[in-house]
Amino acid sequence: MNKEKADYWTKNLKYLKTLLLIWFLASFGAGILFVDYLNLIQIKGFKLGFWFAQQGSIYSFVVLIFVYIFLMNKLDNKYKSNQN
Amino acid sequence: MELQYWIWIAVGLSFGLYIGIAIWSRASSTKEFYVAGGGVNPIANGMATAADWMSAASFISMAGIISFTGYDGSVYLMGWTGGYVLLALLLAPYLRKFGKFTVPDFIGDRYYSNTARGVAVFCALIVSFTYIAGQMRGVGVVFSRYLEVDITSGVLIGMGIVLFYAVLGGMKGITYTQVAQYCVLIFAFMVPAIYISFITTGNLIPQLGFGDTGSDGVFLLDKLDGLHKELGFHEYTSGSKSTIDIFFITLALMVGTAGLPHVIVRFFTVKEVSDARKSAGWALLFIAILYTTAPAIAVFSRTNLIEVVSNKPYAGMPQWFNKWENTGLLEFKDKNQDGLIQYLNNPKLNELDVDADIMVLANPEIAGLPNWVIALLAAGALAAALSTAAGLLLVISSAVSHDLLKKMIKPNISEKGELISARISAVLAVCLAGYFGINPPGFVAATVALAFGLAAASFFPAILLGIFYKRMNKEGAIFGMIIGIVLMLFYMTKFKFGWFGGGGKENWWFGISPEGFGSIAMFVNFITSLIICKITNQPPIKVQKLVEKIRLP
Repeated sequence: MNKEKADYWTKNLKYLKTLLLIWFLASFGAGILFVDYLNLIQIKGFKLGFWFAQQGSIYSFVVLIFVYIFLMNKLDNKYKSNQN
Repeated sequence: MELQYWIWIAVGLSFGLYIGIAIWSRASSTKEFYVAGGGVNPIANGMATAADWMSAASFISMAGIISFTGYDGSVYLMGWTGGYVLLALLLAPYLRKFGKFTVPDFIGDRYYSNTARGVAVFCALIVSFTYIAGQMRGVGVVFSRYLEVDITSGVLIGMGIVLFYAVLGGMKGITYTQVAQYCVLIFAFMVPAIYISFITTGNLIPQLGFGDTGSDGVFLLDKLDGLHKELGFHEYTSGSKSTIDIFFITLALMVGTAGLPHVIVRFFTVKEVSDARKSAGWALLFIAILYTTAPAIAVFSRTNLIEVVSNKPYAGMPQWFNKWENTGLLEFKDKNQDGLIQYLNNPKLNELDVDADIMVLANPEIAGLPNWVIALLAAGALAAALSTAAGLLLVISSAVSHDLLKKMIKPNISEKGELISARISAVLAVCLAGYFGINPPGFVAATVALAFGLAAASFFPAILLGIFYKRMNKEGAIFGMIIGIVLMLFYMTKFKFGWFGGGGKENWWFGISPEGFGSIAMFVNFITSLIICKITNQPPIKVQKLVEKIRLP
């Protein structure tokens, strides 16, 4: 019983670490720290770094939250069925 | 039909809708008043959160600011959306599981101390008041510009409307009006954007359109970079701010977003933990529609503006130019008397001053859109300002009636008494906000952006550590919050108002602007909390059990 709780929490923390790493890379990474390098690549009118700062980071954020919702719903269900 | 009629119809219909919803969703218990009964559908809550979140600043000013600052404006785009990832992953589900009414509620219970609760109430009030005064002002400005009443009457009308549905319906009324307000504001924002994208690039999707070519076959962004270089501005797609400043401003806005009480409290209104995550996702999706469109509008309007005015004869300017000149938001001074408009970065030679707010508001006129679209924009701007004001109002009234009165001063107050006091404090808060809206203290505009720094420096570390660090105790949290908010207040008053000897850009610590300093104050809060926590007693077992409980679904 206690092991299940601990497992649930460890798994959650693992998801958080991965998703927050992507969160950081998509915004602070691609949009700020590496913006000048990415700006050397141009796709249609968009320089890639600029695109990440004004568009790509926001799309990534939306996707990240929905991925987390999906993962946690699965984890919640597993936890709840083990409880019963 | 004449523009003025259209505006009265659009504003009148939208206000009628809000009042109708308010009557239908009256609150009859404190639970309904504070958290809408706790049974709001996650998608509806997502819409309400989006409207709550997007203020007059997002609606009117943001696209204009990006338009003038180009890449530098990205701090707002990333900062004001990235915070929702932190909310959804790190805060909202656990706070929902905790299941009380307010942020000070959580701080007070988790840190088993009324001192902590008091500090949290103080921070919540400071953050919310700096924010709400700006909203009431926004309401007044929109009224005066579109409805031709003076700003004071504009603020009074706005106060009346907010008062009606916030006091009557509490969180329940606010939530459902915000759903309607979201629909009004997003429709009003998107119609002109799509229209302009189509006539400029032939692309119906503005998000893709601004990466397309204009009628001359040159990519819009390349053309804009070229124009900027020609006129002496910094290149549009690369910034003028230092990387470190951009980094810290973005971080402060993100963390501040996640720490704003009026945003957090929205996640108390859903039924279960998984719904809290879901509504954060929906909220960000609804917000992203506007936030990904804004940089497109910025590019279209910037290019249009430069092409229409730069080096063109003043006498040949279209009608909208003179109309906005009358409002003082557009100013032309023919310094070299050649009859042409020189729009340059060099302040000595530049002859045209353009206020950032024009970019969204004048866009439909610049693009020659029909009158009803302009009327829609007026209703949308009002929806954005009113919905945010109402959300903030609720935080203020619940901080007073619930956290101060019920939890600290008079614990045995009856349910009915608490509900009455919640309504009275809402009325008082509206009056105070209205007063500041009519007589704005000089610092309002400067501090709205800094409210994020204050939230980042105070709430975020205390809540995060409260959830993820079981050992965290009251001493650490209280000291952390106090040091964080005091440091932020110090830095902001020093460099924004010139207190404590003032100072300019060259005196900034590590080259970080006051807008970005919330990140530093947040780190100081974290470090202080952890050190003090290490050298003081661990929290009672009961509290550690509570932390274990909120971590589970």
